[in-house]
Amino acid sequence: MSTVVLLTVTGLGLAALYFLVASGLSLIFGLMGVLNFAHGAFLTIGAYGTWWAAENLPGAGSGGWGFVLGVAFGVAVGTVVAALVELLLIRPLYERHIEQVLVTVGLSLALVALVRAIWGADPRPFPAPAWAEETTSVLGASVPNDRFLLIGSAVVVLLAVLAFLRYTRFGLVIRAGVENRSMVTALGIDVRRAFTLVFALGGAFAALAGALGGVYLGSISPGQGTSLLIFAFIVVVIGGMSSITGAAVAAVLVGLVQQFANYYAASGVGDLSVVLLLALVLLTRPGGLTARVA
Amino acid sequence: MNDRPVLLRLSDVHVRLSGSHILQGVDLTVRRGGVTALLGRNGAGKTTTVKSVLGLVPSTGTIELTDAGGRVHRLSGRRTHEVVRLGVGYAPEDREVFGGLTVAENLTLAERRDSAHHPDRVYELFPELAQRSRQLAGTLSGGQQQMVAIARLLLNDNQLLLVDEPTKGLAPLLVAEVADVLARVAEEVTVLLVEQNLSVVRRMATDAVVVDQGRAVWSGSAPELMADADRTRELLGVATSGGTHA
Repeated sequence: MSTVVLLTVTGLGLAALYFLVASGLSLIFGLMGVLNFAHGAFLTIGAYGTWWAAENLPGAGSGGWGFVLGVAFGVAVGTVVAALVELLLIRPLYERHIEQVLVTVGLSLALVALVRAIWGADPRPFPAPAWAEETTSVLGASVPNDRFLLIGSAVVVLLAVLAFLRYTRFGLVIRAGVENRSMVTALGIDVRRAFTLVFALGGAFAALAGALGGVYLGSISPGQGTSLLIFAFIVVVIGGMSSITGAAVAAVLVGLVQQFANYYAASGVGDLSVVLLLALVLLTRPGGLTARVA
Repeated sequence: MNDRPVLLRLSDVHVRLSGSHILQGVDLTVRRGGVTALLGRNGAGKTTTVKSVLGLVPSTGTIELTDAGGRVHRLSGRRTHEVVRLGVGYAPEDREVFGGLTVAENLTLAERRDSAHHPDRVYELFPELAQRSRQLAGTLSGGQQQMVAIARLLLNDNQLLLVDEPTKGLAPLLVAEVADVLARVAEEVTVLLVEQNLSVVRRMATDAVVVDQGRAVWSGSAPELMADADRTRELLGVATSGGTHA
């Protein structure tokens, strides 16, 4: 029983990371038609931004509000970088999807190489707060607290994004734009502002995933984002490409399947199971679990 | 013959899309007030002409809008939302309402910041939309979706409405209803109307432009054109009697 609880909570923690990355990916794809391969690099930037802040930024550190400040700094850097990428690299290639994909692939390589050049390829120990490394007993299982931090953050982001999409004008523009971009512009709306916003939001969530991933794994390395990105893409496809709730459900499925298969079959079978899950969903529901944005 | 001021002018407008030369130098003028019908056979370039005004397709040539104060705005090269903000409303062929949004959300989205909003006008013309405001637009009938598409035009102050085949695919009773509404709308704002249903054209159009193979081949008074059966047959390939679809 305690093993099942631990595997479930850990699977949900992993799902939280996948969701944070996938939510941005699916918003960006849904609204702009851009497959953003640089999204993993935003995660890396968030992780290194948080780590750098904990070492260098006055007030930031590994405990209490210092940790919050460090994460906020990492998220801010990720947001700014993502917005700049949209403005400077994606926007000039508007409606040229192949070129956009090439640029984001190139960027993902370049940004990771840049981080490696500055801080080296070796993993760096991540400044996690002490309480995140303690455990809480849940139904007899000793669950590391960082799982709850991950799950709680993802739930807050999910609810905030859904509220944003439903109750704000920008959210309305995004939902309409996912359906029919050119008609949105034909109503006199500059849809490109929504593009930048969605990219910045996606960058912020990915950067948050980077910081939380650092807590979860205990260390950060330049290639972390890219390896997580593959699973995030699978989550996006299973979730229905442009649906936030779909991405949340798919993230939970993928996280749990991966954890349980890794434990009960053999290490590595989890990754394979996720790919099988993807194939299964695509064969039975080619559009993914859901086809709506919110 | 016609001394109403010019509102919209297209000069030598060309559109090339994926290798085909769709508009081959369109010259046309829409005068302020009334309804100008844009006529022509299927594939003549009517919809592309409308889209070129909005910048929804890349075009060359000159497209100019003259506002009420006599200022000339060059539309060519502007982005779609900038053209629309000059007071150009668009109801596309196939309506293109947002099916995943409610009726109310569709209308809220259409409220432009540069304009005063007139929800009363909309709900007076379409009381049904008020009753269905929380319904997803995708679940509306074709006629109701057309009401949403026209309502979007009426929410804001516009100088020119581009209305592309508003009666397409509608039952005869709804065709009459849509035509009634458009006739009322046209009392206040200039309309460029793409329409295949000649009974609708006959009822409301003041002016007509006929396009054929990417060029404007005839322009003048709509009632005169409609009265001339031979010319209509020659230009549009249809007889003018009845509400025939071309």
